[in-house]
Amino acid sequence: MSQLLKVRGLKIEGRSDEAWNPIINGVDMDLKKGEVLGLIGESGAGKSTIGLAAMGYTRDGVRISEGSVEFDGIDLVTASAAVKRNLLGKRISYVAQSAAASFNPAHKIIDQHTEAPVQHGVDNRANSAADGMELYLKLRLPNPEEIGFRYPHQVSGGQLQRAMTAMAMSCRPDLIIFDEPTTALDVTTQIEVLAAIREIVEEFDTAAIYITHDLAVVAQMADKIKVLLRGDEVEEADTRTMMSAPKEDYTKSLWAVRSFERPAKPFVAKGSVPVMSVRGITAAYGTTDVLHDVSFDVHAGRTVAVVGESGSGKSTAARCITGLLPPSMGEIEFNGQVLPANYKKRSKDQLRQAQMIYQMADTALNPRKTIGQIIGRPVQFYGGLTGSKRLDRVDELLDQIELDPATYRDRLPSELSGGQKQRIGIARALAAEPKFIICDEVTSALDQLVAEGILRLLADLQDKLGLSYMFITHDLATVKAIADEVVVMKDGKVVEQGPKNDMFTPPHHAYTDLLLSSVPEMDPDWLTNLLAERGIDNVGNAAVDKM
Amino acid sequence: MSGLMSFVAIIILLVIGAHIFRFVGRKVTNNSPKFRDMSYGVAFGYVLGGALLLWSFWYYFQPQMKDTGVPNAGVVFFRWAVQGFIVASIVAFLFRLLGRNVGTNGTRKLFRTMPLTAAFGILVILIYAFTAVFAGVIAPYGQAEILGAANVMAGGDPALGGNPDYPLGTDQIGRDILSRLIYGAQNTVGIAFITTLLAFFIGGSLGFLAATLQGWLDQLLSRSVDVLMAIPSLIFALLLMTIASVWADRLGVPLTIFMVLIIAVIDSTRVFRLARAVGLNIVVMDYIEAAKLRGEGMGYLVFKEILPNAMAPLLAEFGLRFCFVFLTIAALSFLGVGIQPPLADWGTMVKDLAPFINFAAFAPTVAAAPLLAAGAIALLTVAVNFVVDWMLHKSSGLKE
Repeated sequence: MSQLLKVRGLKIEGRSDEAWNPIINGVDMDLKKGEVLGLIGESGAGKSTIGLAAMGYTRDGVRISEGSVEFDGIDLVTASAAVKRNLLGKRISYVAQSAAASFNPAHKIIDQHTEAPVQHGVDNRANSAADGMELYLKLRLPNPEEIGFRYPHQVSGGQLQRAMTAMAMSCRPDLIIFDEPTTALDVTTQIEVLAAIREIVEEFDTAAIYITHDLAVVAQMADKIKVLLRGDEVEEADTRTMMSAPKEDYTKSLWAVRSFERPAKPFVAKGSVPVMSVRGITAAYGTTDVLHDVSFDVHAGRTVAVVGESGSGKSTAARCITGLLPPSMGEIEFNGQVLPANYKKRSKDQLRQAQMIYQMADTALNPRKTIGQIIGRPVQFYGGLTGSKRLDRVDELLDQIELDPATYRDRLPSELSGGQKQRIGIARALAAEPKFIICDEVTSALDQLVAEGILRLLADLQDKLGLSYMFITHDLATVKAIADEVVVMKDGKVVEQGPKNDMFTPPHHAYTDLLLSSVPEMDPDWLTNLLAERGIDNVGNAAVDKM
Repeated sequence: MSGLMSFVAIIILLVIGAHIFRFVGRKVTNNSPKFRDMSYGVAFGYVLGGALLLWSFWYYFQPQMKDTGVPNAGVVFFRWAVQGFIVASIVAFLFRLLGRNVGTNGTRKLFRTMPLTAAFGILVILIYAFTAVFAGVIAPYGQAEILGAANVMAGGDPALGGNPDYPLGTDQIGRDILSRLIYGAQNTVGIAFITTLLAFFIGGSLGFLAATLQGWLDQLLSRSVDVLMAIPSLIFALLLMTIASVWADRLGVPLTIFMVLIIAVIDSTRVFRLARAVGLNIVVMDYIEAAKLRGEGMGYLVFKEILPNAMAPLLAEFGLRFCFVFLTIAALSFLGVGIQPPLADWGTMVKDLAPFINFAAFAPTVAAAPLLAAGAIALLTVAVNFVVDWMLHKSSGLKE
């Protein structure tokens, strides 16, 4: 096999505070034709920057300061714009993380698909459109003849991601860079996209760089894996060696993350009054029902995980409990007393007792307020503490979430990392001294190491303060780690519920089974085996079902 | 016809010049990326810019007097402009240097990252503010004081019809123009500032309220604003001012107060739209939901949660709106219904002295009188926009 991409001593710098600071400190990379390299690391490790640099491209305010990126004998760092124009899109292409944000919403999918081949003179419009339909068929998109004539918003996220992969294939490039193509997708959808990508890369013998932070995913996709940490290469090895015998401590710590698991607490005795009880609620946005007769209880000191794909009604249930969306039927009980359906009618104390932690800490914290103000407000609002008493309480809360009060009190949210922001979200909820907290996908936007820290913190706080959690998530690893009881939802209905241990031991409901089996495992053969087990057609049918 | 021919010839020369420029650049620099990846449009821009610069040099050193003894007005004004530009740049640079070395750490850091344009804008605004506040102390004469001679020329040279006592001359009834310019800062700028503040208070709070509550209140407010915006603003203001001038007499309230209210209401419609649009983007954020679920009241939501996040676009709009208000007042004064004599006002001054502009071709110093008032307006407008641009750039987090 011939050498396709040769990166030597790549150093990249980013401009901040009037100076160039190193982002990547000398990385080497080799890729042969038809080979797939997995790049993994936490956010900020420089994965995407390297991925883009492999195309000779850098984002604004970033520059390649040293090193060479040789693609098929051409050094992309020094190549002229004209030479690069001729390569990019034609021989090297790129699949972005969010297909929804990367497609132009004003043009039909097929028009965007044919743009590159026509522009590069590879083929005319009609031929490349026909080829696009063939690719859609190969990627098992439903109605391949018709789907291209839709606009991006008329297609689901997983389908769009596959359409984007097809688009990247339109010129039959030698190298494709996949930048976290499945991170934003549900587990069941992720499988379809992974299978499709792997198949098409094999069929056209395309080399690929696969960027992800999910180890289990990279194990399925890559021939060899490179681990990055803050711009430095930690180690590189072929996938099987890497999975079975990682050398470096950092890699081992990444591998060990998935081991956190808390034993489920005993099931609460019958007859005790639950902290929060959802009684047969049905709710609608406009005239469309999104929840049908949903019931579950959350007992004191317990965690109930609500699991399901996006659109299954998990977050809507949370909105009903908080009173943002008054249900059309059924009621919410708190400590045995019925809560008013609308939050505006609830008393200050009722509001205080149920707090919420949000998925995106970025939008959940007011960017113009300091940490002290953010946490101090509920302290003052509910507890009536002012002045130095308020300050003391804020410091106490910061201690509880394991952040140093003196350092963080006066910072703005933008000066914190993602995990720290999420901790502030927790502190704000704790400041109200609630009994019950809704955690809405609190770890899904975080790296695995950081997410684990958050889960441990939540578990500790629960033990110390006797909190009850409603834990909304789509990630079954999280459920395994923290839940006592599990509620599985699909299409606004509760499919199955019960103690965690029962849920993870067969037999399950068919849908629970699908969810459980779709969680990627570290075994490199997992996807192959799973596809064989389900049968290729089954995956395709699942895609059609989602239409 | 020959004019057109030479125009076409110049364009052709530039087009060819750009090709040659890029070609030579590549040869000389041995194909450095800058020239290698230069698009033709950029090369054309360089050549055009260079040609304009050369022409400016040539024009600057043209004789100020024509052979016939008549001043060459174009050259005179061009020299003034160039000299003004150079002086302004130097002053702005010195000001920034001062700011970098004096003051607290915070202000020093601010000045270190400040572009020259922003430094210039801040300096001009400071000077205007100082002049407005201390007008009574600085101005040599009163704004309504009628002195001996009318229509004294600017320049203070008795040989040319000037008077050293009145360095910028006197107006048609013998008031000192320099003093009136200084008092004008107080009247025009002060009133514009109050008006803009009022417009922002009305438009901003209603806009955020509409964004937060939505529903029928939003509909009511938004449609009312649509109606107000459908009427051309200057004509609407003119109409209302005419009505108000009758009321002002009857009620014994100064017309200026009516003017402030009228312009504030008309301009608040624009602020309303912006505040509502920005507010709608903010109210969907989770932290607003968290505040609502905490049980916070409307006042806290609008002023403590939404307003700080809407500050950047609102500030930018404030700068622009201030200029528009300022120009509206000047325009109304120019039309005779704005700030009433004998109060000095730049708009009125331009109007009163406008006939002198006709003399520009023969006596540039005579035409300078109305142009000074107009220049004062223009300078402030530019300065405010420089500062606002910089603040926007800073708050939007754009780098470089």
